[in-house]
Amino acid sequence: MRLNSEFDRRSFCKFGAALIVEFCVPLRGRAQTSGPETGLRANAWVTISADDKIVVITEIPEMGQGTRTADVMMLADELEADWATIGVEQAPTLPEIYKHLHTGGSGGTEATWMPMRRAGAQARELLVTAAAERWNVARTECRAENGTIVHSATGRHFRYGELVGTASKLPVPPLDEVPLKDRPNFRFIGKSMPRVDTPAKVDGSAIFGIDVRVPEMLYAVIARCPYFGGDLASCDDAAAKRQPGVRAVFRVPPIGFTIVAPDVGRNINVAAGVAVVAASTWAAIQGRNALKLDWRKGPGAEESTATLRKALQSQATAPASVVVMDRGDTRKVLQQSAKKIEAEYELPFQSHATMEPMNATVHVRQDGTIEVWSPTQIPEITQSEIAALAGVSPDRVTVHTTLSGGSFGRRYQFDYAAEAWQIAKKMKVPVKLLWTREDDMQHDFYRQYCLQRLSGSLDEGGKIIAWAHRMVSTPIRSVFDSAESLKDPKQVASQEVPEAPFPYQVSYYRMDYAPVHSVVPRAWWRSVSSSLTAFATESFMDELAHRAAIDPCEFRLKNLNGDQGRNTQKYRAVLELAADKSGWGKPLPKGGGRGIACYMFGETCVAHVAEVFVDAAGSLKLQRIVSAVDCGLAVNPDSVRAQIESGINYALTPILSGEITVKEGTVEQSNFHDYQVLRMTNAPDIEVHIVPQGKEPGNGVGESGVPPVAPAVANAIFTATRIRVRRLPVDTNLLRRS
Amino acid sequence: MASIRLSVNGKINTIDVGLDTPLLWVLRDTLELTGTKYGCGMGLCGACTVHLDGEAVRSCQTPLKSALTKRVTTIEGLSSNRSHPVQKAWIAEQVPQCGYCQPGQIMQAAVLLAKKPHPSRNEIDQAMNGNICRCATYQRIRRAIQRAAEGERHET
Repeated sequence: MRLNSEFDRRSFCKFGAALIVEFCVPLRGRAQTSGPETGLRANAWVTISADDKIVVITEIPEMGQGTRTADVMMLADELEADWATIGVEQAPTLPEIYKHLHTGGSGGTEATWMPMRRAGAQARELLVTAAAERWNVARTECRAENGTIVHSATGRHFRYGELVGTASKLPVPPLDEVPLKDRPNFRFIGKSMPRVDTPAKVDGSAIFGIDVRVPEMLYAVIARCPYFGGDLASCDDAAAKRQPGVRAVFRVPPIGFTIVAPDVGRNINVAAGVAVVAASTWAAIQGRNALKLDWRKGPGAEESTATLRKALQSQATAPASVVVMDRGDTRKVLQQSAKKIEAEYELPFQSHATMEPMNATVHVRQDGTIEVWSPTQIPEITQSEIAALAGVSPDRVTVHTTLSGGSFGRRYQFDYAAEAWQIAKKMKVPVKLLWTREDDMQHDFYRQYCLQRLSGSLDEGGKIIAWAHRMVSTPIRSVFDSAESLKDPKQVASQEVPEAPFPYQVSYYRMDYAPVHSVVPRAWWRSVSSSLTAFATESFMDELAHRAAIDPCEFRLKNLNGDQGRNTQKYRAVLELAADKSGWGKPLPKGGGRGIACYMFGETCVAHVAEVFVDAAGSLKLQRIVSAVDCGLAVNPDSVRAQIESGINYALTPILSGEITVKEGTVEQSNFHDYQVLRMTNAPDIEVHIVPQGKEPGNGVGESGVPPVAPAVANAIFTATRIRVRRLPVDTNLLRRS
Repeated sequence: MASIRLSVNGKINTIDVGLDTPLLWVLRDTLELTGTKYGCGMGLCGACTVHLDGEAVRSCQTPLKSALTKRVTTIEGLSSNRSHPVQKAWIAEQVPQCGYCQPGQIMQAAVLLAKKPHPSRNEIDQAMNGNICRCATYQRIRRAIQRAAEGERHET
């Protein structure tokens, strides 16, 4: 296996101006030999050198989700490459060439499915033509096979490296015309391949943002205003400046804090703070500890979790700001129903808490060019926004995308890069800004706080007649959008309500929304509103099933809306597979219970069966989660399983222990002692089963595993205890039965 | 500050760093051994785990002065070429996702297996409970430790 750290290290050494300046990619016309080595740069995504080494350029930032490996697999399959010869590099920020320099919404593999295959096929076609020319035979007599071109009639062959000189002189066939392989001929796609980044991640050589080191670099931390929207009142930095190693202490102003200045309209929120720049990280932290600071509380001085809850409860019954859908007069039907069921579900703020805290290294050069090294989901947005802040054109800004130590939506922001830029422009030398864990937990863009009120009614046969769903939340859009844009209530609600069609058949259906204002920054947390709405809708389905005295799995199957075509098939397939594999319906020992839930995220449908045990004292043990997923074609099945496992585990933190609370407009938690995340002792056994369907990748799997976990667990707790959990994290005091 | 001698991965380094500096930052900033990661600074997450005379310690909670007379081993020194049984098992089970916490997980697991070559599941869970993984690769970590233990069994 040669997919190893040497390649990553080599590419990292090339980071810096050299790679970028020398990078010259032919989009059409003739292939070119690359750099000083003799090699074939067939296109922007693949280089083959005379010693047979293949370097694949991948665009989607790698943050643990495995897209880099999928991208290599897709290209290598069409190239008929020898897997052992492949290395990988992260694409530079040249957005006119690389169109997928961002990842969000679990769309990475889907987005690069055709581009990476076409790039591999284009290189293959060049090599076939080159071999045919060298042998002076027809192209059709030659075939590509595991890093060689073979002449079928004679068995003669060329290694790819032997053909790069000839291939470099050939006209390049257009990307959208190159022939692609049929599914039965895939060698890598659809098979579980080892991840290309694994070796460097077990020997410490993988380079994350925090590991970046550039010559003359200094280290910085910032003391940020703990009150959202607040500001610095006074700063005594004398002791800080006396700390050994401290080079500079200065104020950094807030940027675009839209809660305070809603007309900024740019996706950026940087708190007011004081930067400490030093010769080492520890010196910077010690310098910060020596600062004497007073802060002015901001507009959220009176805001707390208690005041927010009160506002959410009030909005649960207030007039809606947006009626997303109202089929029939749902509310009237429900009012007149004798068998109306109502329930409220509450989910608090959550932190992303990536293992690698936010950080960025920035060098503002004297010639006005800016280099950024950053773990990020959005290299090209970081490039354009830093350029906008600096008042230069984006091509003056280079963003080197490092590995990310987890993202989960947090690195869809560029606030930390903006902060590092603010410091670096003063220092003239490169500066690495590190957020400590406390900074990270107290200045996150949190998952929304929400309250959802559901009402429903059933007929005698257990079919749902009416369903009304009120979502009340602290909306994401009002953190980022301009005041003008926020005048439209639909825009405010746009990321708070379900995206997928309601999967169940109901005669009367209403979905509406009401917002609650908050100073707490919110943004995209793994699966966004789906983790909120899934908890409410799939818990409520369970409540209806028990009211109807029908098995909850059967109740779902019976009520599926048969008019949704392929979607209905997906729901049915994952529900049946998860039920079958989990032993649904078979008895469990005393205290045990199973719960089922399903959800569609994008095009990917997932069902989980959770198996829990609750003893008389209320102690909750998660035994097992059995999952079924239909994600279309699974490019790398083991990676799909890994992502579903990860999504399940990630979702368990807010179920078991995680909660961000607010007091006087500041977050009360600061580190892993008071924001308790899932640890190994509470990690259940997980089985993931993939529905073997689809010719193409669907909407990915990074987030899809998350939404159905909370309702599956809550429903299992109900089966075990007859106690309904409607607020998370689970308060085990409420589960006590002795 | 005087010159200080520190043994890391079998090599003696002469450095000029305050004695109260956490070993974590000496390794990362001074010696450029960035495989050891910062995660919490409070000994709560295990990302900074290294070996001190063969014991797993949190380097963020270990002042330089308490490491001076000891042998420090980091992920870079665990093996050459990823050949330690734990590293091999990590690759075989495809454990890492983002990979950030994995050096700490691997260093913790290596000490567990050195002391207890055939740990039970409960012993694995207890020994690894101080190491957080936010991609939550816990199930694969468990399997990898079991695999590494099985490998030891086969070799003896």
